[in-house]
Amino acid sequence: MFTPALIYSLIFIVIIFSITLVIAMYSTYAERKVAAFLQDRLGPNRAGPFGILQPVADGIKMFMKEEIIPDVSNKWLFILGPSVSMATCLMTSAVLPWGSGLTIGGTKYPMQVADVNIGILYVFGVVSIGVYGIMIGGWASNNKYSLLGALRASSQMISYEVAMGLSIIALVMMTGTLSVREIAEGQPGGHWNVLYQPLGFLIFIICAFAETNRAPFDLPECETELVGGYHTEYSSMKLGFYLFAEYINMFISSAVIATLYFGGYNMPFISRFVTDPNTLSLLGTAFLFGKIFFFIFFFMWVRWTIPRFRYDQLMNLGWKGLIPLAILNIFLTGLIMWATGKIN
Amino acid sequence: MQSLSNRSKVVVKKDLTFMERIYLPAIFGGMLITIKHFFKKKVTLNYPEVTREYAAVYRGKHVLKRDENGAERCTACGLCAVSCPAEAITMVAAERKTGEEKLYREEKYASTYEINMLRCIFCGLCEEACPKEAIFLTDVLVPTSFERGEFIYGKTELVEPLDKRVDISIRQTQAVLDFKTNKQLTHNRI
Amino acid sequence: MTLYLFYFLSFLAILCALMVVVSKNPVHSVLYLILTFFAIAGHYVLLNAQFLAAVHVIVYAGAIMVLFLYVIMMLNLNAETEPQKGKWLRVAATMAGGLLMVVLVGALRSAADTISLPAQDSQIGMIKNLGRVLYKDFMLPFEISSILFLSAMVGAVMLGKKEIK
Repeated sequence: MFTPALIYSLIFIVIIFSITLVIAMYSTYAERKVAAFLQDRLGPNRAGPFGILQPVADGIKMFMKEEIIPDVSNKWLFILGPSVSMATCLMTSAVLPWGSGLTIGGTKYPMQVADVNIGILYVFGVVSIGVYGIMIGGWASNNKYSLLGALRASSQMISYEVAMGLSIIALVMMTGTLSVREIAEGQPGGHWNVLYQPLGFLIFIICAFAETNRAPFDLPECETELVGGYHTEYSSMKLGFYLFAEYINMFISSAVIATLYFGGYNMPFISRFVTDPNTLSLLGTAFLFGKIFFFIFFFMWVRWTIPRFRYDQLMNLGWKGLIPLAILNIFLTGLIMWATGKIN
Repeated sequence: MQSLSNRSKVVVKKDLTFMERIYLPAIFGGMLITIKHFFKKKVTLNYPEVTREYAAVYRGKHVLKRDENGAERCTACGLCAVSCPAEAITMVAAERKTGEEKLYREEKYASTYEINMLRCIFCGLCEEACPKEAIFLTDVLVPTSFERGEFIYGKTELVEPLDKRVDISIRQTQAVLDFKTNKQLTHNRI
Repeated sequence: MTLYLFYFLSFLAILCALMVVVSKNPVHSVLYLILTFFAIAGHYVLLNAQFLAAVHVIVYAGAIMVLFLYVIMMLNLNAETEPQKGKWLRVAATMAGGLLMVVLVGALRSAADTISLPAQDSQIGMIKNLGRVLYKDFMLPFEISSILFLSAMVGAVMLGKKEIK
């Protein structure tokens, strides 16, 4: 029953989970630091050196807060909402390849939980379910602001999912596979997909901002109009779950962008200097994480630069801007592939 | 309508150009600005460890000075109360009894002297008006309180203690003294 | 293992489908319907048709049901606003439903006896094979259905457009 492969998988899953959670935790700290630095401030620097214990303090605070379930709310769904949000965003990391593979005791183990042949579609499926967490939570709160936030979230996410899917189709046409690992391996030595798919990448990253409900598309929790948006009635760790889910989503989105468009764990030129396959693999993983951190920083950088879109602007951009552009991108990709003789 | 100042601008709502409509150049411009601020010097001070530098003539809590013998300088003339734009100062004058020469410098003194720190705007006009060099503002902050009554400072809070004299020489430079004794200025004429 | 999974998924699908009909609250009904779709997606995975499972989840659970939920949340339907149906209507509904079930059971019983499926390639559900079948053997029906979708989209845009005065 407990074969080495299974034990390896279990350990690997635990490691991926803890890395995801720790990165999400420190993203809250990084967000505050980046915000402060972009605004000429210092940010949290009291808890521990440079304030690195701040997320721990925030976590303790979240757990110690009073847990309020409104009397008029739908109790089961009220609890289900944040759970769905958290569960879906943690599920996405299963199909992402984190490295080329480790050789332990003569056997090669992949640094990936599951290499599904439809990896990208799996990511899309899980992301499309993620909206239920927000919708259920917003509706069950029985509060008009929560409901408005939930409705905004759902329509926004559905609209941008279409453009996101279309922008991916051009990439899939080019690479000829739906497996995330094969896409990552198909761009070795700096031949990143972003060089061949710049428009697709632009559409994808804009949609990623909308899907993670990050500024400038954070209308579901637009505090100037909706108090707190879908999580107005939430308190304590249930609120923490919603906020945490946003940061995990950001991490996963960054990982997906880095894997699909920026070469994933492929590190150019390094194989000339290092020969040990395990070291090589781990270096690639480090390189991937470097790219992920850059994109997390990019998310924050954009958040503290660009003001929020108005809702009609958001919908116009999604339906009248990005979707036609994505279709044009598919068409152009097909045309170029036909012209270069990749398809007949 | 005719413009009186000639500074008003006519606002027109014009359609965005193509470059403005695709947002991206504006977004990159904005991001360039924010990333510049990322590397700029931060304005935050780590307060308890580092304090912001005070101006040499910072206007904080008032002090009622004593002279070199320890007698109160205030003669309750009321010029400070008159000059106060916020009407924060009230006082009651009293006549000095024999035997009190050590306590009060002049024959008339303020038996009560109150400044309402909630009304005071720390403009320093009282300091300027005082002909007896009795009231000065210091660089001490007025502490906060939960009660309104505690902000009305009487003589116990204002008069400088004998054992802890307040140095106000930085406010009493020769230029200030000359200004105060210049008879050409109306407020220095008696 | 696969057999137990099949039983579990079937049980879940039937239970959730029943709950869709039984629940008083329309939002609960929609949520149970989503669970039913998940159970069916699980069946697809058991049949080694992962592409179909993923697309099923994306399209039905991820998009169509979100719109259902959206509309129901907007309408604010609940037990109080539901119109009371007459006694006779209930009797008629029960009879019609029962008859439908009898027909279905009869049809399935006879179907089980007659059709014996030829041994299928277990890799038929994989995306490469599926694509080959769709774009070679069923090219024309596939393209015609896409034109159908396009016309539906054009119709929706036309309905949504403001009238030009």
